Amino acid sequence: MKNKKGYFKIVQGKWRLSLVGREALAGLLFASPFLIGFFFLFLPMVIKSISFSFSNMTVEQNGYVLTKAAKNGFEHYIRALTIDPDFNRQLLESVVSMFTKVPIILIFSFFTANLLNQKFHGRTVARSILFLPVILTSGVVLGLESSDLLLSTLSPAELSGTDFSTILNVSGLLLKYTDLPASAINFLANAVNGIYGIIIASGVQILIFLAGLQSISPSLYEASSMEGATAWENFWKITFPMISPLILVNSIYTIIDSFTSGSNEMMKMIKNTIFGEVKYGLGSAKAWIYFICIGVILLIVGGIISRHVFYNDER
Amino acid sequence: MIISKTGIQHKITPARIGRALWSLVRGVIIIGICFTILQPLFVKLSVSFMSEQDLLDSAVKYIPKHFTLGNYKLALKGMDYWNSLSRTFLLSAGVALLQLCSCMLTAYGFARFRFPFKKLLFGCVILMLIVPPQIIMLPLYMHFRFFDVFGLIKAFNHGNPISLLKTYWPFVIQAATCTGFKNGLFIYMLRQFFKGMPRELEEAAFMDGCNKFRTFIRIILPSSVPMMVTIFLFGFVWQWLDSFYTSMYLAQMQSKVIPVALDSLAASVYKEYNNFGGSMNFVSPGFVSMMNNTGTILAIVPLIILYIICQRYFVEGIERSGIVG
Repeated sequence: MKNKKGYFKIVQGKWRLSLVGREALAGLLFASPFLIGFFFLFLPMVIKSISFSFSNMTVEQNGYVLTKAAKNGFEHYIRALTIDPDFNRQLLESVVSMFTKVPIILIFSFFTANLLNQKFHGRTVARSILFLPVILTSGVVLGLESSDLLLSTLSPAELSGTDFSTILNVSGLLLKYTDLPASAINFLANAVNGIYGIIIASGVQILIFLAGLQSISPSLYEASSMEGATAWENFWKITFPMISPLILVNSIYTIIDSFTSGSNEMMKMIKNTIFGEVKYGLGSAKAWIYFICIGVILLIVGGIISRHVFYNDER
Repeated sequence: MIISKTGIQHKITPARIGRALWSLVRGVIIIGICFTILQPLFVKLSVSFMSEQDLLDSAVKYIPKHFTLGNYKLALKGMDYWNSLSRTFLLSAGVALLQLCSCMLTAYGFARFRFPFKKLLFGCVILMLIVPPQIIMLPLYMHFRFFDVFGLIKAFNHGNPISLLKTYWPFVIQAATCTGFKNGLFIYMLRQFFKGMPRELEEAAFMDGCNKFRTFIRIILPSSVPMMVTIFLFGFVWQWLDSFYTSMYLAQMQSKVIPVALDSLAASVYKEYNNFGGSMNFVSPGFVSMMNNTGTILAIVPLIILYIICQRYFVEGIERSGIVG
């Protein structure tokens, strides 16, 4: 029933674009770079990738030939899930590490954004330094860093790891003298040991939270302080609800980021299967299983968080 | 009693002590975080000045005992630094500019106009954002290896598709069609930004007889320069260090760009060593590390300079983009 909007009108017996129609045309023209890219490059690539995963490919001089894989085309999927010794373990590992890393990154970036939102000397300097990883630790640098033997022994993560486990043995002490469950202590110890990874992964999140904090109107705090609210109450009754949409944005961003970064083991494995072992079909199948996992997790997490998000202006 | 600079006398109260303690704790935390970020950079810098015997000497940690510039000489030569620098600069600037143009047009279209299936199409932008590029890596590779547009190229090239690998064309095509690195994110940021701009200016321009494209050029562009700079810089920086697409399209190219050159630096320098003396038959991890660190420093120095000059565009860009609102 699109015509009800009236993209066309009849003038002197000819079809002409109406005002609405002209607007629609202009919009489509403006968006045309994306439309062309999406429908002629991106979407065909996605579809090809699916078809690769269901077939065997042989490369020839003038192109490639696809033949249907065995077991109704599902051979590569079955192989990845049941025969490949590393795939399942790796998949589970990256999902588990995502579930431990994402909350820590969120909490850390929220905490840091709150720190940076306060007024103190050298705030701009601190902000620029915290943003540095977004620029410097991407792409090739991160790859080199993770493969460098010498550097890994000098990195702060390694230093703090050995210090905590050998000299202070904090997790041992915690186990002995508190009633905390071992899993919680493990979680904490991992967080402390992986602090470098967490810090460099939370640059963008800090900025997004910071921008959100700065957009909260000060009059809200003034009003509640007049009513006698403490800083603690202010935080939970004003800051937290006002920032909750950004918690959704940030958690989705962090999940995608942690799954698709080049340093992710799963990503390395897929790349290696395709270009190293030259198994195109198997690699594509692995990539798709992985992507489906990401999609499901994104849907679940997004669904759960968006139920608790508070929108101030109820759009 | 504390007497401040202005001469007003303050009493020491619990609240004051609490605040002073808090700012102390805050300072320690922030300095700690900054240290964690900067320390690897310092390590890289100091390793790049060490000679190999320093690396094996356990007494040397950060300050080199045998200070040398030899690493830089080797790395500059091994990466063919100045040539690859100019190449990378051209590539990054070109790609960043092109994708800025295409993403801006697209984002403006999504922000201001109503057209059929708009929500669905914007969903496609989001989809592009969350599909990891690794999924379409292989088809992309094949696509540009056997490049063909509707059979046109085959017709003119004796029935053979042409290979666009080892050229910059894949980057140009991807940037022009908004399918490059993180372009979905750019479209999203720009759309939010355009949505936040007041409509009145455009309406006034329309009343004065300006058509839509001219309105865009004359009214929108001048008032969104800071945002454009931000997007350009992000595109530039990410392209500069991108190893995903460059290793895919340009890995076998003779005239290398920086990410590729950096990736193969240690190996290529070693090959040259072997040609000279032939005495070194294994690649020692110390040497690899030294070369990698020196190369990394050389690769990121231009970015650091850029960041220092333009940091307010980087840092404020995301805040301005209105992801928040």
